[in-house]
Amino acid sequence: MIRAQKKSVCEKVFQFTKTNTIKIAAIIKKYPKGKQKSSILSLLYIAQEQNGGHLSVPSMDCVASILGIPPIQVYEVATFYTMFYLQPMGKNIVQVCTMTSCWLRGSDKILLACKKNLGIDISEMTGNGDFTLLEAECLGACVNAPVMQINGEFYENITVKEVEKILRNMKEKNPVKEK
Amino acid sequence: MDKIKLTVNDKEIEINAGLTVLQACEKAEIEIPIFCYHPKLSIAGNCRMCLVEVDKASKLIASCAVQAVEGMAIRTNTDIVKKARKGVLEFLLINHPLDCPICDQGGECDLQDITFSYGPDVSRYEESKRAVEDKNIGPLIKTVMTRCIHCTRCIRFSNEIAGTPELGSVGRGEDMEITTYIEKELTSELSGNMIDICPVGALTSKPYAFQGRSWELKNTQSIDVHDAVGSNISVGSREGCIMRILPRSNEFINEEWISDKVRFSYDGLQSQRLDSPYKKLKGQLQTCTWEEALEEASCQIKKREGKEIAGLVGPLMECESIFSFRELLKNIDCQNMDCRLEGEFIERSSREKYLFNTTIDGIEESDAVLFVGTNPRIEAPLINARWRKRYLKKGLLAGLIGEACDLTFPCDHLGDTAQSLQDIYEGIHPFIKKFEKAKNPMIVIGMGALTRKDSQNIYNLCRAIAHKYDVVMETKNNFNILHTKASIVGALDLSFVPENNALDAAEIYQAVKSGKIKVLYLLGADDIPLTQNDVKNTFVIYQGHHGDKGAHLADLILPGVAYTEKDGTYVNTEGCVQRAFKAVWAPGEAKEDWRILRNLSEVIGKTLPYDTLVDLRECMSQANSIFKEGNHKVTNYIKSSKKKEADFQNLIFLPDPLKSSINNFYMTDVISRHSKTMALCTEAFDKKSEKEKNRHA
Amino acid sequence: MTLEKKDRIFTNLHGEESTTLKSSMERGDWEGTDQLIKKGSAWIVREIKKSGLRGRGGAGFSTGMKWSFIKNSRKLPSYLIVNADESEPGTCKDRDIIRHEPQKLIEGTLLASVAIGAKVAYIYIRGEFFREEKILQKAIDEAYAAGLLGKDAAKSGYSLDIYLHRGAGAYICGEETALISSLEGGKGFPRLKPPFPTECGLYGCPTIINNVETIAVIPEILRRGGEWFSSLGTINNTGTKIFCVSGHVNNPCNVEEEMGIPLKMLIEKHAGGVRGGWDNLLAVIPGGSSVPLIPKSVCDTVLMNFDSLCSHNSNFGTAAVIVMDKSTDLIKMIARLAKFYMHESCGQCSPCREGTGWIWRMMERMVKGETEEADIDRLEEITYQIEGYTICGLGAAAAWPIQGLIRHFKPLMVERMQNRNKGAA
Repeated sequence: MIRAQKKSVCEKVFQFTKTNTIKIAAIIKKYPKGKQKSSILSLLYIAQEQNGGHLSVPSMDCVASILGIPPIQVYEVATFYTMFYLQPMGKNIVQVCTMTSCWLRGSDKILLACKKNLGIDISEMTGNGDFTLLEAECLGACVNAPVMQINGEFYENITVKEVEKILRNMKEKNPVKEK
Repeated sequence: MDKIKLTVNDKEIEINAGLTVLQACEKAEIEIPIFCYHPKLSIAGNCRMCLVEVDKASKLIASCAVQAVEGMAIRTNTDIVKKARKGVLEFLLINHPLDCPICDQGGECDLQDITFSYGPDVSRYEESKRAVEDKNIGPLIKTVMTRCIHCTRCIRFSNEIAGTPELGSVGRGEDMEITTYIEKELTSELSGNMIDICPVGALTSKPYAFQGRSWELKNTQSIDVHDAVGSNISVGSREGCIMRILPRSNEFINEEWISDKVRFSYDGLQSQRLDSPYKKLKGQLQTCTWEEALEEASCQIKKREGKEIAGLVGPLMECESIFSFRELLKNIDCQNMDCRLEGEFIERSSREKYLFNTTIDGIEESDAVLFVGTNPRIEAPLINARWRKRYLKKGLLAGLIGEACDLTFPCDHLGDTAQSLQDIYEGIHPFIKKFEKAKNPMIVIGMGALTRKDSQNIYNLCRAIAHKYDVVMETKNNFNILHTKASIVGALDLSFVPENNALDAAEIYQAVKSGKIKVLYLLGADDIPLTQNDVKNTFVIYQGHHGDKGAHLADLILPGVAYTEKDGTYVNTEGCVQRAFKAVWAPGEAKEDWRILRNLSEVIGKTLPYDTLVDLRECMSQANSIFKEGNHKVTNYIKSSKKKEADFQNLIFLPDPLKSSINNFYMTDVISRHSKTMALCTEAFDKKSEKEKNRHA
Repeated sequence: MTLEKKDRIFTNLHGEESTTLKSSMERGDWEGTDQLIKKGSAWIVREIKKSGLRGRGGAGFSTGMKWSFIKNSRKLPSYLIVNADESEPGTCKDRDIIRHEPQKLIEGTLLASVAIGAKVAYIYIRGEFFREEKILQKAIDEAYAAGLLGKDAAKSGYSLDIYLHRGAGAYICGEETALISSLEGGKGFPRLKPPFPTECGLYGCPTIINNVETIAVIPEILRRGGEWFSSLGTINNTGTKIFCVSGHVNNPCNVEEEMGIPLKMLIEKHAGGVRGGWDNLLAVIPGGSSVPLIPKSVCDTVLMNFDSLCSHNSNFGTAAVIVMDKSTDLIKMIARLAKFYMHESCGQCSPCREGTGWIWRMMERMVKGETEEADIDRLEEITYQIEGYTICGLGAAAAWPIQGLIRHFKPLMVERMQNRNKGAA
């Protein structure tokens, strides 16, 4: 259920940093004149990153004013796509694919291992704000199932043991790269 | 236009090319159930209710979205179509609550009606239903979002017609919700129309919540008097009480929309009403009988000479009363009469000089507009909506001299003083380069420009611009006055203005203050710049329906009736004559205004020559032939030949900025001022403008 | 029937070699591209028509035909969009093309743009492909630096700009009109057709949308000739195709094979066979999760092409073969699929928005056996109430797996119900 957001006073004013502003200008140029709205997804990614992993109302309003569109259109887009988060998320987002191919090859065990290791359920965040666990719809690496994705990085053909190792390393702030 | 032939359920019909399959079915008089389709909105095609079978198509097609073509064979009554309809309805109903008994939409609900005709009779859904949180979108619209069937009509309305894109559908799939996302009130002056277009009970009227059922109401055709647009309305009443006000369709004026003010201010008709005559005794107003009141009025009038008497008419009066009032005053040799309470400068040499000549539906043909001293969005929201429509359909060049404001379509702010107007005339303003090229440009002068000391100069300058840039030509006249008062064009048509050097409104105010006017007769005139102290030497008769400013000045009150309580004729800003009908009885002893005047004339001894409305109207149409038939469509008035205008270099203008004559859309007259709903809107509106102020600070 | 090495198009599908422009060129990419372009768009369209290439994104529409529908006008530009929003469960071929054969995709994009007269091409890549986007961007940059893109691309006199556009997590954006909506900066809502994108697509201009694999095979077809491609495979189902074999096989893999290879051969030859042997096979989803499953009896003989699978009430789809052995809880698997479609329904059309949730909830009860036999018929009926009544194909895609399950495994569902009732008693 989507709750109407109250525009609270405490919510920080949002402005893009200088480097991001330059980046945005370059992105907008990819699209024909007057079609700057096309860059909305890219801008939301940048806003989300700058805002610490989720989109706040002021950050979306900022995107709206840059693109010259009504804020509601930005809210619509931000709530439609799953890769935009509207509440604070953990620093690391662990996504376990549980779709067909992965499920056939034991994603349930992987998911369970993640739950146990992190001590949280799906869509929850660890108490220290380090991890959020999500169930992913097909990640598109089906011949290398089971698959999980942490912060954009794919981990393929994983086993329960590897999951534990990866998460342990991450907890020690020492992320391992695949292979 | 090209014609095409096709068949609907084997019935051959011929229709214009370019129509949709749905419209073709309509022409063939075959009903197609619809939810998301609305003739005034863009096509969404998402409800899937209007599926029909077309020969040679592999799947059923959404009839609202597909163009009809020559030779098409459309079928709407096959088993497969029936099954599809049943299926779609079943899906719409599984998450729709079964709360029809407590739903205000009950009885006029599309989902209810269509389910009754086409739907399944039992539910096969055994899972739990979806719950959706209600949204707070302001004091006018109540939301019960669980009932929403996601047709997106409201979203499309706010984006397209209202031009205030604040509603959207957030989330996706079955979690999709219609919302403003952040908690906020809708800022549109037309938001109430969403209630009408919502096919279910998701958006209903907040003030009308749990008040009545559609089938209990008596509907009376009437006219909106809150502005000079003349929107066609239908007044729903029950047991003599107004329950709600809805639009009536009139393609030439309001299409099928009305403003929030007329829709929701009817509660103002219930409070502070004058329901009995009052007479001032020892400084205190006390009730009295009609005989006493009329005797007193007659006595005061007879004591004085005509030139010591003055009559003013207010913004909500219908033509019949204005006419009777004028006849009454003339019979007692009084020429001091006026309807231009704010001292509006009106050029009356011919009728088209004070009309909105382009006409409202004519706006759609106009490609450029120059606004002078007006904010049409709050002065005439429905006319404003036409410019938006034109802008969306074919583009529009708009420029405004006056206070910068959001008109819901792009509009260049050209400056806020008369200087900018001079620049336009001289052709040195950059805007004029584009304006010059327009094929059908129009000029709109608002009351903000015509209620100043330099109004005559502004008017003449606008006139000169109009002639210079082909706004007025032999074949067309796009020089427009945008009035804000429902009564004023009718009053001008009936010459309710001083003649033979008698006093006009401004002079009357002075004469009252200096004690030269001994009797001041206010017919529904409240917004006059006089205080109790100013009128201490004048006997003030107030005839009207609300205990507002005018009544506070009065020595004698004659209770009249409001627009919903009488039959009456109104002339809108484009000069269209329309008739309204009596919906309910007035409270207490209040009487129809023309009848009060007629009775008073009898007591005075100069009886007006009619005793029925029919006779009155006969006399009125003899006075001005435009009243011969009510409800006629206006056409563009042809202007006489183009003439060279005088030199405007030396005209003197005030440095004051031009601005709209209206500050608060929600409170402009005695009815809306006494409406609690309008007070709530004003509060929300104030909060918003305060916030904006803070943001700018 | 198997594909000979010389006829393979994707020689670096598995990324054994470097993906730099230099080594791609060594493998034959960008060879004589300028000559191909100079033969003109009509020639390109004719060759592709001759090759019989059918779109590799799932629908299998003739590519050459699609291109010939484009309505070019002088007023409006036309656009090419490469659909790299690969999200169909089971499918992961485009990812490997992007990762390991990016120059094939870029060259194909140039040639396809020439064919339809596009001066700008967008590649819409799914948001989750974070790393793949970087690789592809790098490859594009390399191509620009080598003068293969931009003004006078590959010295052909033709100019083309390619831009990458990253999605943000929505399966529906793989549907071509939803992709256009998304690319224009809106929600991924599919649009009503007609008008078709070839007439009124991106920004209201004529637009062609092709799958990554479709585009990536174009250069090789043009170099070797349409007849070479059409000589492979079977009539009406020509050429080679990347198959993604996943699930219960010993060696899940992406492999390029001839169209029409028998399913059994595909699995045994390339994927190391079904886990526990062919007889341990329960069912196969032959073309990505949207298509109805086929039981072992069909798998024994079916050929992997559009026509053969259609005749068995299934579909070729994206050629993503998901293999399930006898240990699989088919009902649970289809229930998970139902959840996927509920999650990915855009919410626009009533039947899909409401129906996908209903289906999933019923399926969840079926998993536990908490149903009656009549419920199965009802479920089937509901799927037919969605299929074909929606703007896009997602409604049908949600319905087919259920229909496939009921068609072939109804006794299984009934059995589960009875077992539970027995347990309850």
